[in-house]
Amino acid sequence: MTELGALWVYLAATPLLGLTMTLFAYLIAQGIYARAKFNPLANPVLIAVVLIVAVLSVTHTPYQTYFQGAQFVHFLLGPATVALALPLYRQLPKLRRAALPLAGGLIAGSLTAILSATAIAMLFGAPRVTVISLAPKSATTPIAMAIAERLGGLPSLTAVLVICTGVFGAVSARTILNVLRIEEPEVRGFALGVASHGIGTARAFQVSDEMGAFAGLGMGLNGLFTAFVVPVLLPIVLRWVN
Amino acid sequence: MGLHVPVPGPVIGLLLLFGYLLIRPSAVDSIEPTAFELLRHLSLLFVPAGVGIMVAVDKVRGEGLAIVVALVVSTTLAIAVTALVTRALMRRQARRARVNTPSEF
Repeated sequence: MTELGALWVYLAATPLLGLTMTLFAYLIAQGIYARAKFNPLANPVLIAVVLIVAVLSVTHTPYQTYFQGAQFVHFLLGPATVALALPLYRQLPKLRRAALPLAGGLIAGSLTAILSATAIAMLFGAPRVTVISLAPKSATTPIAMAIAERLGGLPSLTAVLVICTGVFGAVSARTILNVLRIEEPEVRGFALGVASHGIGTARAFQVSDEMGAFAGLGMGLNGLFTAFVVPVLLPIVLRWVN
Repeated sequence: MGLHVPVPGPVIGLLLLFGYLLIRPSAVDSIEPTAFELLRHLSLLFVPAGVGIMVAVDKVRGEGLAIVVALVVSTTLAIAVTALVTRALMRRQARRARVNTPSEF
């Protein structure tokens, strides 16, 4: 016990506090997520963020102090994004079999996601920084954050918007697809992956492996597509409006 | 010196690795364990940035409605459009395959 106490004193005094808090909050959040039987509403990132924000607010700790330690975790986002090449490579045979339909669906769906989100935000008079942060919301979090950062949005806002998009898609996709009478599991999975990335993909895997595999493919392809299209498309849209 | 391309660096890294795997598929076995270990805990890596919302929230105060409507409508549309277009193109491909198959024999 004293050993643990000494460890805590050491951790609390150094930038490692942020690191320790992040890991602990994530473990707790994972536990809650498992208890909730992996319900998308109990998203572990959302829970971990809420826990940490609560602790920081109560202890009046500024975000910068927290981030000094947490940056070591944050740094790994870059390598993890590069690592997405592996699951994408594994999906290649599926992609080859239905390349044209999937490419068509990807382009149509991805452009719909980007343009409708930016158009609605601008109609409501949201400022530029919000519109930029919102544009890549259907892409997977590391890619969406990198895009927002590159174009002058708020990566942290994007991170939260991406998660909310994922949760909303995972919860509502069944109803939307049933109304449209889409029955093919590969189409259902692909749409879920394109519109709501990893959280949608996790949901698709709960239904079936086939649906999950196509969702993973949709997530990977939309991440790439968004990364190339948003930096080109968004300045045009923003200029056209101003 | 950067190339000044607007595409984020990690995405370029992703493509480079993907291209490398296409040229050298045998590399998959040596890279995959590390890559999947990193991806297994991918959601942990978003947490520090997500906590940044406590700073960002002051900047977007009063835009809650715009953000919620944009998010809900655009995600619904994206699911619907992706599914409808993919299915229509798959059916077309299947029809063509049926028409073309007999002539191949």
